[in-house]
Amino acid sequence: MTWEEMLPLLLESTGQTVQMVLWSTLFTVILGLPLGVALVATDRGGLFPSPVLNRVLGLIVNIGRSLPFIVLMIAILPLTRLIVGTTIGTIASVVPLTLGAAPFFARLVETALREVGRDRVQAAQAMGAGRVTIVGKVLLPEAMPGLVAGLTVTVVALISYSAMAGAIGGGGLGDLAIRYGYQRFETTLMIVTVVVLVVVVQIVQTLGDTVARRLARG
Amino acid sequence: MIDVSGLRKVYQDRGREVVAVDGVDLHVREGEIFGVLGQSGAGKSTLLRCVNLLERPTSGTVSVAGQELTGLKEGDLRRARQRIGMIHQHFALLSSRTVAGNVAFPLEVMGMAKAERARRTAELLELVGLADKAGAYPAQLSGGQKQRVGIARALAGSPPVLLSDEATSALDPGTTQSILALLKRLNRELGLTILLITHEMHVVKSICDSVAIMRDGVVEESGTISELISRPGSRLAAELFPLPEPEPGQVTITFTGQAGEPVVSQVVRKFDIDVNILGGALEEVAGLSMGRLRLLVTGDERAAALTYLAGRGLLVEEAR
Repeated sequence: MTWEEMLPLLLESTGQTVQMVLWSTLFTVILGLPLGVALVATDRGGLFPSPVLNRVLGLIVNIGRSLPFIVLMIAILPLTRLIVGTTIGTIASVVPLTLGAAPFFARLVETALREVGRDRVQAAQAMGAGRVTIVGKVLLPEAMPGLVAGLTVTVVALISYSAMAGAIGGGGLGDLAIRYGYQRFETTLMIVTVVVLVVVVQIVQTLGDTVARRLARG
Repeated sequence: MIDVSGLRKVYQDRGREVVAVDGVDLHVREGEIFGVLGQSGAGKSTLLRCVNLLERPTSGTVSVAGQELTGLKEGDLRRARQRIGMIHQHFALLSSRTVAGNVAFPLEVMGMAKAERARRTAELLELVGLADKAGAYPAQLSGGQKQRVGIARALAGSPPVLLSDEATSALDPGTTQSILALLKRLNRELGLTILLITHEMHVVKSICDSVAIMRDGVVEESGTISELISRPGSRLAAELFPLPEPEPGQVTITFTGQAGEPVVSQVVRKFDIDVNILGGALEEVAGLSMGRLRLLVTGDERAAALTYLAGRGLLVEEAR
């Protein structure tokens, strides 16, 4: 394969990967952030203590976390069809990607929020702040460096998951590597794909680290 | 200003009951600085947190500024807490906010308008001497500066009462002194009533008007400092003026405020006795010179001399 032949393929695949990762990141945050907050808030001694709800949420998260992504992706095909109308394509892969990453991100959110510690929460309570105010104005802003670090790890995981989504017709760099690099023995393309993936992950990680450091004052 | 009565707090710890506070009564008068002194584990921290109901008492009542808190519903309790300032051992500042942002936080909670908030924040930072640090983040401040921010934040809603949870325990001696001086100034200038807990006698000695000594969840003695010191067998006096255990026949005299008078030379001149000074300590406490002397008094008129000293308003204790 010449560079003239590879370039359009690479551009298209990279575009699909970016699209998959962006959309699934968005939905992962929408789903995982409240879930992580709920895990902390419903815990014993939390802002909204509810041991039963806490155990149920913990169970859901653990089930999500214990399924290998490739298994999860196939197991929820009916759900994907229900939501998107099809199981094939870049947009369809956003459903399993989100469901795979949201529990993972929720645990990272939980850890980041616990890092804030009781004293700042109690100080806010002593000032007469309500529970919703404490979540919105104390817990989340104070945990922001940890949340950004957690999100960075999640995005990197999503890039890796998205390569697997190629296996069920999601497209993207993983799909390219399998179809051309593996099945057609296009070694050059394989190497270029690997390099592109490494570069993308590097960019994401560096960006995440920089933002997290900026947010951690001192 | 603060009335605590019959307060008990029992924890469940792995099926066992732990009594942290065991039937405490406190009466803090308006405008005074009241110290609760005790070792760690004495229950003083739990007691303080029961005053603004961060911990719910197992039984007993708490009222602050005439309002009983123990019976309030959540919304009312939140409003009541806005009128009770609190400062913390480890400052508990929000690291994501600037100094000004931290001080403005309770004002946001109260729902104050933005312009008004900025004005009040500037005023508060001026009050604690940090006007030039408004834009700094807590991580850029020293311990003493952080506690000043904590104090400004606690006073944001002009509360009549301030609770202090070991506010100087994490600070070095010099900084401790400046924070204590600030608290004393606020107490005088604003008429702020302060209830503080500490394990340091030094804090009590420097700024407290009244003190309660707490041990194993119980208040052992409580009252104004001069009242306590002039009470026979006082633990406060024993800790403030450490003297060795007296041997039989030795006399300990405690003076509260009469340190300027030459009582010892007077009593020697007046009576046919000999006095040997075995030990003594003098302290400036609550603005008064107070002290203790351990004496060996011998001679024919010993009994009369001791009666004379007691008549001069000194506490005379004789070891047997």
